[in-house]
This record gives sequence, C-alpha cells and structure tokens, in this order.
Amino acid sequence: MNQPDPRRTARPRVQRGTFLRGMRVLARGAREEPRLFAWAVLGSAVYGAGTAGSGWLVGRVTQDVVVPALSGDAAVTAADVWLAGAALLAVGVVTVAGVLLRRIAAGATMYALQARYRRALARRYLDLPLAWHHSHPAGRLLATAASDVEATWQAMAILPFAMGVVVLIVIAGVAMVAADPVLGGIGLLVVPALVVVNALYSRRMSPRVRRVQRLRGEVSTVAHESFEGALVVKTLGLAGGEVTRFAREADRLRDANVAAGRTRGAFDPVIEALPQLGTLLVLAVGAARTASGDVGVGDVVQVAYMLSLLAFPVRAIGWTLAELPRTVAGDARLQAVLTEDATTPWGSRAAGPGRAPARPQGRGVGYHHPAPVPDPTDEDDAAPGAAAETTAAVPPAAQPARAPRPVLRDVDLEVTAGTTTAVVGGTGSGKSTLAGLLVRLVDPTTGTVLLDGVDVRELAEGELAGVAALVPQSTFVFDDTVRGNVALGLDADEVPAERRTSDDDVWAALRLAQADGFVAALPDGLDTRVGERGASLSGGQRQRLALARALVRRPRLLVLDDATSALDPAVERAVLDGLGAQGLGTTVVVVASRPATISLADEVVHLEHGRVVDRGTAAELAERDEGYRELVTAYARAARERAAAATEQGARA
Amino acid sequence: MSAAAPAPPAPAKPRGVIARARELAPEVARGLRMTLVLASITTLGRIVVPVAVQQTVDTGIRGPGGPDVGRVELVAGAAAVVVLVTAGTSWLVNYRLFRATEAGLASLRTRAFAHVHRLAVLTQGAERRGSLVSRVTSDVDTISTFLQTGMVVLVLAVGQLALATVLMFVYSWQLALLVLACFVPVILLRHRLQRPVARAYQGVRLRMGELLGSVSETVVGADVIRAHAASARTWRAVDAAVEAHRQQAVKAQVATAATFSVGVFVSGLVLALVVVAGTLLGIDGDITLGRMLAFLFIIGLFVMPVQAATEVLNELQNALAGWHRVVELIDTPVVVPDPDERDALDLPPGPVEVRLEGVGYTYPGTSRQVLRGVDLHLPAGSRIAVVGETGSGKTTLARLVTRLVDPDAGRVLLSGVDARRIREVALHRRVVTVPQEGFLFDTTVGENVRTGRPGATDDDAAAALRELGLGAWLDDLPDGLATAVGQRGERLSAGERQLVALARAHLADPDLLVLDEATSSVDPATEVRLQRALEHVLSGRTSVAIAHRLSTAEAADVVVVVDAGRVVEVGSAAELAGAGGPYSRLHRAWTAQHV
Repeated sequence: MNQPDPRRTARPRVQRGTFLRGMRVLARGAREEPRLFAWAVLGSAVYGAGTAGSGWLVGRVTQDVVVPALSGDAAVTAADVWLAGAALLAVGVVTVAGVLLRRIAAGATMYALQARYRRALARRYLDLPLAWHHSHPAGRLLATAASDVEATWQAMAILPFAMGVVVLIVIAGVAMVAADPVLGGIGLLVVPALVVVNALYSRRMSPRVRRVQRLRGEVSTVAHESFEGALVVKTLGLAGGEVTRFAREADRLRDANVAAGRTRGAFDPVIEALPQLGTLLVLAVGAARTASGDVGVGDVVQVAYMLSLLAFPVRAIGWTLAELPRTVAGDARLQAVLTEDATTPWGSRAAGPGRAPARPQGRGVGYHHPAPVPDPTDEDDAAPGAAAETTAAVPPAAQPARAPRPVLRDVDLEVTAGTTTAVVGGTGSGKSTLAGLLVRLVDPTTGTVLLDGVDVRELAEGELAGVAALVPQSTFVFDDTVRGNVALGLDADEVPAERRTSDDDVWAALRLAQADGFVAALPDGLDTRVGERGASLSGGQRQRLALARALVRRPRLLVLDDATSALDPAVERAVLDGLGAQGLGTTVVVVASRPATISLADEVVHLEHGRVVDRGTAAELAERDEGYRELVTAYARAARERAAAATEQGARA
Repeated sequence: MSAAAPAPPAPAKPRGVIARARELAPEVARGLRMTLVLASITTLGRIVVPVAVQQTVDTGIRGPGGPDVGRVELVAGAAAVVVLVTAGTSWLVNYRLFRATEAGLASLRTRAFAHVHRLAVLTQGAERRGSLVSRVTSDVDTISTFLQTGMVVLVLAVGQLALATVLMFVYSWQLALLVLACFVPVILLRHRLQRPVARAYQGVRLRMGELLGSVSETVVGADVIRAHAASARTWRAVDAAVEAHRQQAVKAQVATAATFSVGVFVSGLVLALVVVAGTLLGIDGDITLGRMLAFLFIIGLFVMPVQAATEVLNELQNALAGWHRVVELIDTPVVVPDPDERDALDLPPGPVEVRLEGVGYTYPGTSRQVLRGVDLHLPAGSRIAVVGETGSGKTTLARLVTRLVDPDAGRVLLSGVDARRIREVALHRRVVTVPQEGFLFDTTVGENVRTGRPGATDDDAAAALRELGLGAWLDDLPDGLATAVGQRGERLSAGERQLVALARAHLADPDLLVLDEATSSVDPATEVRLQRALEHVLSGRTSVAIAHRLSTAEAADVVVVVDAGRVVEVGSAAELAGAGGPYSRLHRAWTAQHV
C-alpha cells in the first residue's frame, strides 16, 4: 500500500491564489505569442489613450469654445468650432484604429494559443503510453483538447482590453486631477470602488463558476453514458430511473446556475451605478466650485464626462477577473496531460536486419491494469451559499481497496521463429493482454518481453512496428481513404523508397486478407473514404481491412488477437497459407478458441488466470492438460453428452 | 466549402417559437410580466445622468439668478435616488430571468433526455450519440446564454434607445435628427454586415467539428497508431485541421472587429458633429449650454446598444439554431410508441408464448426487406434457438419479439396480445434482451447486476451470478461485487462483460428472455457451463437465443433457421441435422471446426 493515492496527489489546489496563478498562465501565453500579444496591447493602449483623449478634448472644447460661444463671446469663430470638431474626429479615428488592432490581434493571439496547445496535446496523446490512455477516459481527453483549451485562453482575448482600460484610467485620472484637483479627486474615488467591486465579484463568482462547470460536466457524463447504454436501458425498462438520474443532475446544474446568476446579476447594475453616482457627486460639488469661481463649467463637464466614459470599459477588468478561474482550471487540465511524465521510453537499438521470421519471448511477464485517474480539477466544491450536499444519490464507483487484479502473472513464453503458436485460455485469462505485450502496446509491470533476444523497451521508436504487427479483436477505422487506412502513412513521400507502400502493395495485402473483392466494389476503390464520415463497413470488412493493414507491413511477427474468428475457417487458412506462399518468413501468434484454428498451430500455449499452465503441441495438450481439453472439446463433449442423453431417453421410451 | 456543411436552420416564425417555448418550458414565461415592468423602470436609470447634466448646467450653474448650488444638490440627490432604485430593479430583472430560464431549461433538458430513450435505440449510432448528448447540453446552453444575457441587453437597449430619442427631441430636434441620421444607417447596415460574420462563424463550427474528429483519432485510435507506428500521419492530419480552424477563426474575428469598429467610428463622428452643430446652433440661441452638453452624454447611450447588437444578434442566431435542434429532437416521432392508455393491456402472467403472423420488416432509410412473410409459433416455456448466416435477419427477429422495432407488415403476438398494445414498462419488465455488446455502467460489478431488478441487494446479485455457475469467476475478482468495471465496463474483458450482462438479465427474472449472441466472446468451456445453468434457471420460461455457435442450437427445444429474410426450417436440432437442408449444412461446417 505504498502506492500514492492518485486521487490525492493529482489534484492541484485550484482555490488558492486564483488571481496570481491565472495571471501567470496568461503571462506564459503572452511569452509564447509575443508579437501578436504586443500588437493587441499596443492597439488597446491606443484605444485607451484615444478614449481618454476624447474626454479631455470634450472638456477643453467645452471650456474654450462651447461655453464662450454660447455666452456670446465673439472671439470664438466658426472656424474655431470646426477645428474643435475636426480634432474630436481625429481622436475618434485614432481610437477606431486602436479598437480594430486590439480586437484582431487579441483574437489572433487567443486562436494562435489554442492552435499551439491543441497541437501539443495531440502530440502528447500520440506519445503517451497506451497504459496511460487506458486509465484516462477518451471523453475527458477530447474535452481537454476542445473545451479546456478554449477555457484556458478565453481570457487572452479580453486581457489586452483590460490593459487598455488601465491606460484609460491612468490618463483619465491625470486629466481629471489636472482639470480640478478636488473634482478629479472625487472622480478618482470611483476607480478604487470599481476595483473593489470587481475583485469582490471575481472572488464570489469563482467557486460558483467552478461548480457550474463541474455540474455541466456531470450532466454531460450522465447523458453520454445513458445514451451509450440505451439498448440496455430500453431492454431492462430502466428509462424511468435514468430520467430521474438525469433530472437530478439537471436540477443541480439549474440551482448552481441560479446561485451564480444571483451574483452575476448584481455585478452589472453596481458597476453601472458607481460612475453614475460619481458623476452626480461631481456635478453637485462642481456647481459649488463654479459658483465660488474656482473652476469653469468646462472643467466640471470634463470630469463628469470622463467618468461616464469609464463606465462601460471598466467592466473589462471584471470580465477578465471572472475568466481567471476558468483559465486556472483549464490550464490545470492541460498541464496534467502536457507535463505527464509517463512516456513510452524508447531505446536506441535497431531490430535485427533481414527478413527472417522474428522470435518473440516473454520472461516472467506480469501485468495489471493501471488505476483509473480522476479528473484533475474534480473537487467537491460545496454549493456556495447553500448547505453542502452530503448525499450523492448515485455513489461513485468504488475504488479498488486492494492492488489491482493482475491480468498476467509470471508468464514465460518461447516462440520458435517461423512457427505458428496458438494462445488458448478461458474468459478473462489474459490472452489479449499477452498479445498486446508482444507488440508493446503496453509494457509489462514485471518481467521483460524480448524480440530476437532484445528487450523490446531497448528498441528505438518505430523499430518494433517495422517488425511486428497486431490485428486486434475490434479495430479502429480512420476517417481516410481505404489506401490511407491500409498504408497508415507508409505511402508518404518521406518514407524511404524501399519501405514505401505502392498501390500494388496495398492491393496485394488486400488480396491476402481476402478484402480485394469488397474494396474493388467500392465506388472509388482505394480512394473511397471510409470511417466516420465515409462509407460504413461491416464488422467482417473492418476486420479484413485491419488484417491488410498488418500484412502490408510484411511483418516478421504477426499477432492475431481473435482477429480471424469472424472469418470463415477456410478464409483463415487461406490467409495463413498465403503468408507462407509469398515467401514471407513470418512468425504467427494467434489467440484462438476453435479447434480448426488451433490445428493450424505448431505449438499451443494454454493460459489460465493470467498464468501459462501448459504448452506443447495440440495433441500433447489434449492428452495431458485437462483444463485445455475442457476448453477446446467443450462443444464436442456437450454434443456427445446430449446425443447420449437422447439415446438413453429413446431407449427408455 | 465542404458538401457536408450543415444547412442553416429554417427561419423561425418568432410567434411559433414563443408559443412552442411556452408549451415546452412554461417556467420561462412565469413572472415574465413583472420582469418586464421592472425592466422598464430600469431603463429610466439610463437617462438620469444626461438629464442631471442639463439641469445642473441650465438651472443650476447658469441659472437665471446666478449659480444655484442648492438646486444642483437637490437635482443630484434626486438623481442619485433614481440611480440606486434602478440598480436594484436591474438586479431583480437579472435574477428573475436567471431563475425563470434555468427552471425552464432544466425541464427542457430532462424532457429531451427522456425523449431520446423513447426513440428507437437502433438509430443511435456511435456518431449520433455525441450529437444527442450535445442537444441536452450545449444546445440548451446556447439558449440560456441568449435568454440570460442577450435578452436583457436587447430589452434594455430598446427601452434605452426609445427614451434617449424622446429626450433628444425634447432638448433639440435638430441635433436629434443629426444623431439619428448617423446611427439609424449603422443599425440597419449592421444587420447586413452581420451576414458575413455569421457565415464565417458557421465555417468555424465546421472546422471545429473536423478538428475534433482528427483529435479523437489520436485518442480512440491510439492502439492502432501505436501498433503500426502511424503517429506521423496522424499528427500531420491534426496539424492541418488545427491550422484550418485557426485561420477560419481569425477570419471570423477580422469580420467581427470590422463590424464593431464601424460602430466605434460612427460614435466618434457623431460626437464631433454634435459639438460643431450644437455650438453653431447655440450661437444662434437655438439651444442652451446644458441641453447641448446633455447631448454629449446621450450619445453614450447609443453606443452600447449599437455595439451590443452584433453580439446579441449572434447569440440570438445561435440560440434559435440550438432551440431548433432541441425541438427537432423532442418532435422526432417515436417509432415504437407506447399504446394509448385506453387500448393498453398488460402481458398475461406466466411464461410468454410468441406468435409471428406474416411479419415483414425493412429498416428505415433502406429498401431491402430484412424479413419477409415470417409466420412462427414459439410455445410458452420452450427454449428456441435462431440460427442463420450473418445478415439473414435473425437479429431483426429478436428485435421484433422484444418490440425494439414494430413490423411493417403482419403482427407480433405475445401471449396472444399484439405487442403494440402492451404497456412498454410492463413489457420490458417481463421481456428482457441480452444484446451482444454487454454494455456496463461505470460503477461496480454488483451494482451493474443489481440494475436488473430495482431494489435488489448485493446478496441477490451474488446469488444471480452463482445460479449461472459463475461463482468461481466472482470469487476470483479482486474486490468481488465491489470490483469497479470502468467506463463501458472496459476494465473487464469482452467475455466478462457478457457474463455480467447475463446475470443482470437473470436477476430481472423475465418470462421471456432473448439472448442475442449474448455469449459470443465467452470461452467454450464457460459457455457450455452457462448453457447448462441456463437450462436450469430458464425452466418454466420462454427463451429465444440468437446463436452464432451451433452448440446453443443443439441444446434448444426448437431450432428456427433463417435465411435471406425467411424462416426456412423449424424443428429440433436432431431432426434438422439429418434433414439435408440448410441446417445440416451449417451443422457439418460447425462439426468440422469444433469437433
């Protein structure tokens, strides 16, 4: 029990210092896209300065042009009026340029960061070992690449705006104080009030927003699981219970949203009211000061007008602060993947040269499933402002109290190069896991897997895949052409000519896999798109495509994981014979249960409860291994017994 | 543009949308009248400052009898009260809207969710499942975004514009016309400018779909990619999709920024024009200083609605599209509807007798009849095996018997009652299918078995497993019934998932059990053992086994052979094996492989 509990260690504390941590994430983003970010900040600064400038100008124009003109001062000419208008327009145009630059560059920064992190995540997904993949739900990994990336960088589109607003506040503050220190001082009181409201708001909002995000995820998880199991739900009449389960989650989300809405709904009115109250105070005090002759009407107008200019943009600070919790939570999920130190450590050795059949071995191989890893930001936020819900109606899956069940224990395997070995065993005996270990889909938790005497972990990346090929029980078809699905990149120009796959090679592999017939019948032959958005293939067709995918690589070791069970035994025989006829020296390991397949094998390995219980020729095992006999002759015995019972019954009658 | 671009939703008739909304989510409209009254009060707060400015300047600072500080203080004080009151009403408006819309949308979500389970499960392919989930999640979210933020902005903006316009005409009709002349074209133009923006965002959504597809290959296809060292081709595909999305998103951003800037420019232009025109009018004595200065503040009232219009229209469009997708789901007719309460019957008690009369079936959207003219009688309490080649129609037969689909022709009678007249809940409590894919919920073995019967205990679950001869398997699990099965049960092997599914069905204690290749991934010895256990636990019930292994057929009372959509042979396994028909051919091939 000295294994650290992943639920405890993998959970970063999100609540502390959200502001600092969020700003640190955004600063990293700025460093990663310095040019775009700089343009955005520049644009925003121009916008802030322009907006403040127009406020200042309005005050000056009022004082120097409008008031004298309306007071009948003949010194003000029409030309002065037009000049004032032109100056305001000029400032307006500069401001527009700033807005345009800010919006485009800030958006571009956000999208560039999204793209950068999505590329990085996809590369991580491709690099991380399959054991890691198996312990992380696919849905969550997809959500990380889609919505977590968005959540992390959303603030990046507003941050430059907020920075421009700071420029605006500073310039406006100076201008207000310059116009009149007393009125400016009153006006400036609004700024700290706004900052305080913004800070209070983001502090109050962040637990609520986090809770909403989490509950939204739960609603989606329940829906996803329920729809996935729709057939079971329907056939067991569970729909009513499922609707209750979903309604409970939907109601919790509703309550969380309403709780967040109570706070969010207060923010805008308060933020709007503060500058308005400031403006009114400036008017009241300003009137007294004009009466005493300390200031002019223009000065009062300038301070009041600048305050009203602040009202709308200052909200950008609140928006940014409100986004920070999402930034922090999103980034925590991104980093959980990006900084994951579980890698597939590739070695540097080359696989043996030549076309000779390979010799796979296992020495003391053991394997157990990794423990499922909880969501990195999944913490129990108690409902803010309400009593914590203590009773989750659906208890979460119990964590295994003991060490995970070993799937394989101390397995020794010797396969003679060039022979066919059948792996036979009961349900859950570890056959598929053994097949995956041979081609290094996963690494053993104990012991070693060797190929031609070399530990497969010492082989350089790509070496093993060049030698060994696995055809799994059920396969994945890419959203690509038939050619792309068979070649899987081996037809790319970068591949050295002697290894590059030609159309002839693809056809040859399809022929060998008995798939040439249905491919030829497809509308565009090899160019037909299959997979998600293409033509759908039947289970048997998919299996044959997977077989061709393996065969086109001319593997020296071919591992078939119950892959030919859907094929007619005659087809299966033809495939295996075809390998020999092509002069392909291939070692074959086949997971099988039907006697017809087993009879093709030179040697049989019998697995039970993750251990090798016997090995030898089919005849030897049939003679001495009772468990094996029970497995492969089960149908025959059942048939015999039934026949005997029938005869007996007949005799009695 | 790809041909796969989704067609834009049909333009909605607003009245139809509102009526339907009241029908599907009545909570949204609850208290709406009061909210609107509060909203109108709130708009009053928006024009307080310009009025106060005008009053301060014209009657206070430049009052007829010289500066009147007392009056200014009175005006400012009164205005402050209005500001505070309307801030309160504004908060109430927001909160009431949140409460009403969330209540409505939660029930809309649940309603849509429940409907998905009423739909034919067979049409829910893996791809469609994702989109069904998004209908009860993100599509509903887009509606709430609009209702909670967009709608407030829209209502307040309209009120604000109306009040501001009135105020402007009160102060100076000339300047009012000038301001309107500048802003009205922008508001109209914005609507047109909006179209390329909407198109650009549609492109972004499309690219996003492609991006997700390519990223999902790196996750779902990880095994294949690793086994064949295909990561280079995969990340090239991801990079291309990511870049295409980024470019399209930036394009959309430029379009949005351009439209937004038009509004900013016009407000700058109006400010300059008002200063010039106002001063010139003031020189002629047509406007007071206070009124002219008030105009500068009123212009600010126009900027917000004009700028927000883009965002709000975007949200409105998204919300309508989301609304359409949700309603479309709820309005999808149920292919296998529950009978009318007046006609509804319960399944007579005891083992179920099955009778098919002239049954034919064609899958929707296809033209090939999968089953034709099937007449079949399966006596109550008998064990039936259905055999045939892949694609012969045997799974469809199972679906008809359990009423996962209804026949196009003929009828299915369960214990003499047309299956279409039996209450669905009653039917599925007594007629249980075990499908080939033993889907498990992400919880423990015990809890998965217990879903078979509401209120069952762990002891019941253990007993169900032991009665099926699976006690040894259960004892071998690291945590027994508390063993976690993982998502979809993936921590168990395919065969083990089938064992759990079988125990779940057994616990349901059905009167008709349909096994659709339910043991296809189980090893032969376990299968034979299960077969024996089933013979025991199924005594007194009717069972139909769709079999791909003939060992199942041998144990049955009646074997039904299906070929190309027709029932070609019915009889005992022994009779048929020697009859020289299709069954004897299958039997010979099976014997050659397995014996």
